[in-house]
Amino acid sequence: MLWIAQRASAAVLALCVAVHLATMIYAIRGGLSAAEILGRTRGSAGWLAFYSLFVLAVTVHAPIGLRPILGEWLRWRGASRDLFLLALAMLLAGLGMRALLGVFR
Amino acid sequence: MVLTTPATIAVRVWRGGAAGVFQAFEVPRHESQTVLDVVTYIQRSLDATLAYRYACRVGMCGSCAMMVNGRARWTCRTHIDLVLQDRKDITIAPLRNLPVIRDLVTDMREFFDKWARAKGRFQGRVSRNEDFERIKPDDPDRVQVDAGIECIGCAVCYASCDVVAWNPDYLGPAALNRAWTLIKDARDAKTMARLRAVAGDAGCHSCHTHLSCTERCPKSISPTAGIAGLKRAVVSAVVGKAF
Amino acid sequence: MHVGTWAALVHRVSGILLVLFLPGHFIALGSALEGAAAFDSFLAWTEQPLVKLSEWGIVLALAAHLGGGLRVLALEFLPWRDWQKSLAAVAAAAAIAVSLAFALAL
Ligand code: SF4
Ligand code: SF4
Ligand code: FES
Repeated sequence: MLWIAQRASAAVLALCVAVHLATMIYAIRGGLSAAEILGRTRGSAGWLAFYSLFVLAVTVHAPIGLRPILGEWLRWRGASRDLFLLALAMLLAGLGMRALLGVFR
Repeated sequence: MVLTTPATIAVRVWRGGAAGVFQAFEVPRHESQTVLDVVTYIQRSLDATLAYRYACRVGMCGSCAMMVNGRARWTCRTHIDLVLQDRKDITIAPLRNLPVIRDLVTDMREFFDKWARAKGRFQGRVSRNEDFERIKPDDPDRVQVDAGIECIGCAVCYASCDVVAWNPDYLGPAALNRAWTLIKDARDAKTMARLRAVAGDAGCHSCHTHLSCTERCPKSISPTAGIAGLKRAVVSAVVGKAF
Repeated sequence: MHVGTWAALVHRVSGILLVLFLPGHFIALGSALEGAAAFDSFLAWTEQPLVKLSEWGIVLALAAHLGGGLRVLALEFLPWRDWQKSLAAVAAAAAIAVSLAFALAL
């Protein structure tokens, strides 16, 4: 059920995004530096778990959300659309995990 | 008010089929005049070839809906005062999202076929030989049925829904609202088949809660609420089966 | 167009923007794999005014998408009430508030 996956991931994301926005606004005061960001993230299991969940939820949420848009605005329906979205999900998951590796390793 | 009312109204009416033009008319202004009165005046006194539909004139049959100044309305119960509030002229066109047959008449077959596809026909669980079902008026399910049951099938919601325009297979607010009122009806026996019919890409889960249907429905029905109910009901049915 | 259609359009457009932005965001963070220096040079790049402006735009999009999403969830899962029609305004206000906070912190 795509719809329930979408709403479930949305609920997860609602929390994640709220936390993400808050940390972000907190973190950028006084400028950003790699040392500062990485100092906060590296080796922090809590943040790693949080952002892994975040990336996973995005991987579910973004392609499903794009699906009706492609159908309704670009008239792209059928198997090719769903294959494309699957590829997009893989891309997001791959890049997201690579990013996590970058900031948390 | 009486002093400032102009003697005539400038009206532009769609003529032709899918391709056509707007034709201009001058129609005398009266007190308590409806949009349907204006169209009827044109047909009776100015151009007898104008095609349009109506039957009851009192908001019961659902046959008179048209686009009035770009917005779908039931014309028999829409006062001219209302649509002239911020302008001096009226543009009347056939309903959106339906094929135009001629002038203001649309082909509503697809609209009603979708009711059938959403399994919009009641099917009782008991025969006439058994005693009838007793349902309290304040039963929560019955209250939800009551909220949606007064639909007159005017297709105003269907014409207002962007998802119908973007996804021609989409069943649309009226058919889904109908399915919802039957699912909440304790006497009906076809719940599972109906849930199957309204799930998926053409059904309730394609609704983006634009609320256009709810905003425009002349009977103040909220198809959006019923559709949200369907979304949840389908999921509960799937989950219920899995466990 | 009435508020509901506006809310849905904003929700959709902000969602598209976020999907476009995400791969870049991930690649940028991934640059930390090549060491803090690579990451820092990227962060230096983001100091440009134009980049700053689009960062603010993306935060606005994120907040708007969050607000719009909560609106949809409320409409779909809460028992129907008339006040839910005005949720769009609440969502918009919240999105603007968050993006303002971000702009001030920049
Ligand atoms: S739900 Fe309302 S707008 Fe839609 S067909 Fe029924 S009465 Fe008309
Ligand atoms: S709420 Fe759903 S059915 Fe009603 S107009 Fe919007 S998209 Fe169409
Ligand atoms: S003529 Fe019957 S509803 Fe308008």
